[in-house]
Amino acid sequence: MADLRCKIGGVSAPNPFWLASAPPTDKEYNVVRAFKAGWGGVVWKTLGEDPPVVNVTSRYGAIRHQGQRMAGFNNIELITDRPLEVNLREIKQVKRDWPDRALVVSLMVPCQEEPWRKILAAVEDTNADGVELNFGCPHGMSERGMGSAVGQVPEYIEMVTRWCKQHTNMPVFVKLTPNVTSILGPAHAAVAGGGDAVSLINTINSITNVNLDAMAPEPMVNGKGAHGGYCGPAVKPIAMHMVAEIARDPECRDIPISGIGGISNWRDAAEFIALGAGSVQVCTAAMHYGFRIVDDMIEGLSNWMDSKGYRTIADFRGAATRNYVDWGALDINYELVAKIDQAACIKCGLCHIACEDTSHQAIAATRDNGDRHYEVIDAECVGCNLCMHVCPVEDCITMEPVDNNKPYVVWGDDPRNPASVQDRQ
Amino acid sequence: MAHDTNHGDSGPDIAFGRLDPADYADNFADAKPPLDRPQALVEASRCHFCYDAPCVEACPTGIDIPAFIAKIASENLKGSALEILNANILGGMCARVCPTEILCEQACVRTAQENKPVKIGLLQRHATDWLFDAAIQPFSRAPASGKTVAVVGAGPAGLSCAHRLATLGHDVVVYEAREKNGGLNEYGIAAYKVPDDFAQRELDFILAVGGIEIRNGQQLGRDITLTKLRDRYDAVFLGVGLAAVRSLANEGAELAGVHPAVDYIATLRQSPDLATLPVGRNVVVIGGGNTAIDIAVQSKRLGAETVSLVYRRGPDHMSATGHEQEFAQINGVTIIHWAQPASLAGAPNGAAGNAAHVRSISFERTALGADGRLAGTGEQFTLAADMVFTAIGQVFLPDPLHADSASPIELQDGAIVVDDDRRTSLPDVFAGGDCVPGIDLTVQAVEDGKRAAIAIDRRLRGTA
Repeated sequence: MADLRCKIGGVSAPNPFWLASAPPTDKEYNVVRAFKAGWGGVVWKTLGEDPPVVNVTSRYGAIRHQGQRMAGFNNIELITDRPLEVNLREIKQVKRDWPDRALVVSLMVPCQEEPWRKILAAVEDTNADGVELNFGCPHGMSERGMGSAVGQVPEYIEMVTRWCKQHTNMPVFVKLTPNVTSILGPAHAAVAGGGDAVSLINTINSITNVNLDAMAPEPMVNGKGAHGGYCGPAVKPIAMHMVAEIARDPECRDIPISGIGGISNWRDAAEFIALGAGSVQVCTAAMHYGFRIVDDMIEGLSNWMDSKGYRTIADFRGAATRNYVDWGALDINYELVAKIDQAACIKCGLCHIACEDTSHQAIAATRDNGDRHYEVIDAECVGCNLCMHVCPVEDCITMEPVDNNKPYVVWGDDPRNPASVQDRQ
Repeated sequence: MAHDTNHGDSGPDIAFGRLDPADYADNFADAKPPLDRPQALVEASRCHFCYDAPCVEACPTGIDIPAFIAKIASENLKGSALEILNANILGGMCARVCPTEILCEQACVRTAQENKPVKIGLLQRHATDWLFDAAIQPFSRAPASGKTVAVVGAGPAGLSCAHRLATLGHDVVVYEAREKNGGLNEYGIAAYKVPDDFAQRELDFILAVGGIEIRNGQQLGRDITLTKLRDRYDAVFLGVGLAAVRSLANEGAELAGVHPAVDYIATLRQSPDLATLPVGRNVVVIGGGNTAIDIAVQSKRLGAETVSLVYRRGPDHMSATGHEQEFAQINGVTIIHWAQPASLAGAPNGAAGNAAHVRSISFERTALGADGRLAGTGEQFTLAADMVFTAIGQVFLPDPLHADSASPIELQDGAIVVDDDRRTSLPDVFAGGDCVPGIDLTVQAVEDGKRAAIAIDRRLRGTA
């Protein structure tokens, strides 16, 4: 059985599955239920200065896709709306009762040194394992100069991170907002400020739905809607790109990454870890199905690691990062053609119409004694994969490499490139 | 409590009210309940939206099935219903009665993929029900052509033809022999397939487009003749169905208690209170088609204790689909294959001294001989029977067509000969439905009526 223990930014946990700072980690009751279910750690829902914030109703919007509920999810909830003292007391108790689990406390106070110094001292007293600086929340708090309003300015990230490192010995996680043009600016700032780890992504600015009767965005608050923070399965590709950008960037100096964004199962987690994450944080999937989902996450990841011969998380962490390259490093000579398994084909015609209407007219539709027949025209096929993606039958369309005896050549070296070295010679 | 309709000691056990009153409502409620909105959305999402979809080809009316399902998925239900009704104006009825398992759902690529087709019939019902419930009339009529067409028979073929002609701008007069309209939709389909008076609701929807006048109690050959119709109207469409039933020729076939299934189903469909409808304790049904299944299941659901459906060949030879056979068996009907009626035995019918009433029926087992022909084996068995229903086929009655005709219409093998346009041997007379060759399904009748209407329109406009 694989060893799932993880240590990230100086914080240890029995497994890499943590709950992200969000409603599921707002109070002792929920967190204890999560730990009982097996979660390796939690990031306690963001604490702020007293008096606590006041939340509105409703707070959530959701995207359904073809019967799948909450394929995308958005919220307009603010940070914890409970008094600071209550949260601190509960955090202390939970840490005392669950010493082996990671308990990191998310924080958000105004962009001044004193409030940060004060709250860090208060958190230190709870014996929590670390703090996470909430520079990501894109709604509500950002209008008050906090959350993503800080995360979008690298100088502020660096400044606040440095204050925190000066005023506490606890590990400092810096949580980044994806609402930027490049994630590397904020990541570099977190590194420069001395952060022990980065957590990403926070939620994405979004309007999930417009109610066409009320003519207002949802979730509606008495006829009006504000933009919210988008998360859930739909954001996973965006999150993975940002994680990978940081993981491979030399200036980020291998800062540990806690990966967040649409992680719903062990496979999602394995993908984030393969791209460089040291732990993962989950929210929407738990809010959809409850804490019990961690059981399959732990077991599934462990079984998969066993099947691959990985003993520890470190054995495969970042294993895909080295294969994440710029387009210009891809082999321009590599060729694939689509192949249809005629025995598996159910004659839906989707490959044909997709290729015919929108691509390269490389799949012929014919009738063979009245039966529909779809056949790839190899000479026309550019190997784009579209047909494979639209085919509803698993493994019916596969992409077969063409043995063209050509060497690995990148565009920069390709003679067809007007700016290539060979051409200039 | 059962109410006996006779009190003779040795008489047949035929009674009404065999069930608790509430059971009648349950037994004749929707046998296949509709999808609710979430179910419909999930089911619609299962459609692959095939290109050149096999299901469309399998639909006699050529409904663009992927298109109407995609419109359900996008919650464009009006568009979805129109997609259906433009191809098949009786799309609501067909959604309920089509043997989809041998048509669109058999062709569905998900049948090949996972033996679990998209529930096309139920989705079609979802869309059409929405339109009927919304009380939207999406059809309008083209400018009046000044032409009038006679339609004989207000069944599926006639109504389909009449509606299409009306939308194309022609006036239509429908001659219907029976008191109510709808043909087999109203008189012939099992009650639990069309609860809540759906046939009449659909009829009202069809007639609401305007331009269609129905004259009831007008029977071809008795009240009207084809020659007169041809004189009086610009074209004629015959959707007269099959007016006669085949009957048994065995000894005892004339006994009381032996009924053509179609007659009893019509009685059942018109019965305002099923608790007053008598049914035998032991019922025997002879036949292998959907009518046989319908009468067998309805007898069981009326409270018959045993219902045996006897067919002279094997399960694969039955024209009732495997799905229908299974439905009958689930309902407690015993299906006996490879046996043909030999004789029926009766007993005096109670104190009134009426004609002898059937009490049992004997069958001879059958087998296919070396020559491939069906033959009796000589082995016999007997079933107790208080009622015997025959569902051994309906036949076309040609006589009414020829009541006063100098130029007889061409017939072949007991059906009216038509071309692809459903034109008969007479240039201004078209026909469709069960009285022409082809599969005897509602959906085919609708297609016949539609094609005939389009051809009639071309003829009346002089473009054909």
